[in-house]
Amino acid sequence: MYTQGLDQKGKVVQSSDASESADQLDAFQKRVDAEDKIEAKDWMPAAYRRTLLRQISQHAHSEIIGMQPEGNWLTRAPTLKRKAILLAKVQDEAGHGLYLYSAAETLGVSRDQMVADLLSGKAKYSSIFNYPTLTWADIGAIGWLVDGAAIMNQIPLCRCSYGPYARAMVRICKEESFHQRQGFDIMFELSRGNDEQKAMAQDALNRWWWPSLMMFGPNDSDSKHSAQSMAWKIKRFSNDELRQKFVDVTVPQAEFLGLRVPDDDLSINDKTGHYEFGDIDWQEFYDVLAGNGPCNRQRIEKRGQAQVDGAWVRDAARAYADKHATAAAA
Amino acid sequence: MNEKEWPLYEVFIRSRSGLSHRHAGSVHAADDQMALDHARDTYTRRMEGVSLWVVRSDLIVASDPADTSAFFAPAEDKIYRHPTFYKIPDGVENL
Ligand SMILES: [Fe+2]
Ligand SMILES: [Fe+2]
Repeated sequence: MYTQGLDQKGKVVQSSDASESADQLDAFQKRVDAEDKIEAKDWMPAAYRRTLLRQISQHAHSEIIGMQPEGNWLTRAPTLKRKAILLAKVQDEAGHGLYLYSAAETLGVSRDQMVADLLSGKAKYSSIFNYPTLTWADIGAIGWLVDGAAIMNQIPLCRCSYGPYARAMVRICKEESFHQRQGFDIMFELSRGNDEQKAMAQDALNRWWWPSLMMFGPNDSDSKHSAQSMAWKIKRFSNDELRQKFVDVTVPQAEFLGLRVPDDDLSINDKTGHYEFGDIDWQEFYDVLAGNGPCNRQRIEKRGQAQVDGAWVRDAARAYADKHATAAAA
Repeated sequence: MNEKEWPLYEVFIRSRSGLSHRHAGSVHAADDQMALDHARDTYTRRMEGVSLWVVRSDLIVASDPADTSAFFAPAEDKIYRHPTFYKIPDGVENL
């Protein structure tokens, strides 16, 4: 997930580069239209490569940065069982990041370069991970809503035209449903608890609902290169379509929990069977993307510090490997 | 980042005994043993495998997709390699 088209505003991807002939582009589009998978070494338009690189690396960064808000509660999980579950969940997110970096590397950019771009602010990650996790209920809300939204977005990506990305997504989607269920399970337990616990669950829903809807990215009318991504079959559904699907499945779950979705305009349209919902505060979305969310600075600082703290381990492992390689050669 | 990046290894998993190894993705590691450990932790957290292969990505020799049709052309006109090429006379069974 986390592929919310973060930098769509103001930038238009060029649809062709100077050296690419119309025949080449045509043949490529025909392959895509025929649902043929594009593989790492196949010819592809430079803009296709750029779009994928941006999307997959953003997606990878989001998985990695996304470990921080949940990691915040690892040492304070209420029971040993919850702690073991959360640990496994956060570890999965690390794995997702690695699958995706691995897929992105097939497009010709090194892992180190991608990490450097994240730390310098050149590369973006999902806005959702710049919100703080204030209570244990936030861990429930994240699994239920954030992973829930991620699943909506990721399932169609399993059919993405780029083979390595599609295969990474299959692997990820298999692991996600555990994430969403453990979150719902936390919310369920709180919602059946005492008044204080119920209030905690409601408060978490209040804070995470709108940022979760923003995860799907800008409205279709403001989404500049969606059409090209659709034509290339990188994307299968528009931002608004996926957001609508998410609202439709999630509102009844909130009702089951006895929680109120914080939207006065929310109502079901009996004719269409879809929920209608209030306007999203896009200013907040763009502010968070621009680096001014509650936790942006902290997230990048922490990731950068981890890189610095781990340097001696990487150096030592390399020195050890080099020493053994020379010993074996001698 | 000016430190040298660990080399890339491709990871292959045998999911059950009797099946062949299948490409899963890649990991970075300083040496072969670490590549195996990283592959295990990254790709088999849910018992997805009973055997792992890792091989340095730069050691893999691959055919060139641009030459696909020429490269595989020798097999193209040998339809007689397929059993369906042959007509079986009526009345012959178990062939
Ligand atoms: Fe994930
Ligand atoms: Fe997840």
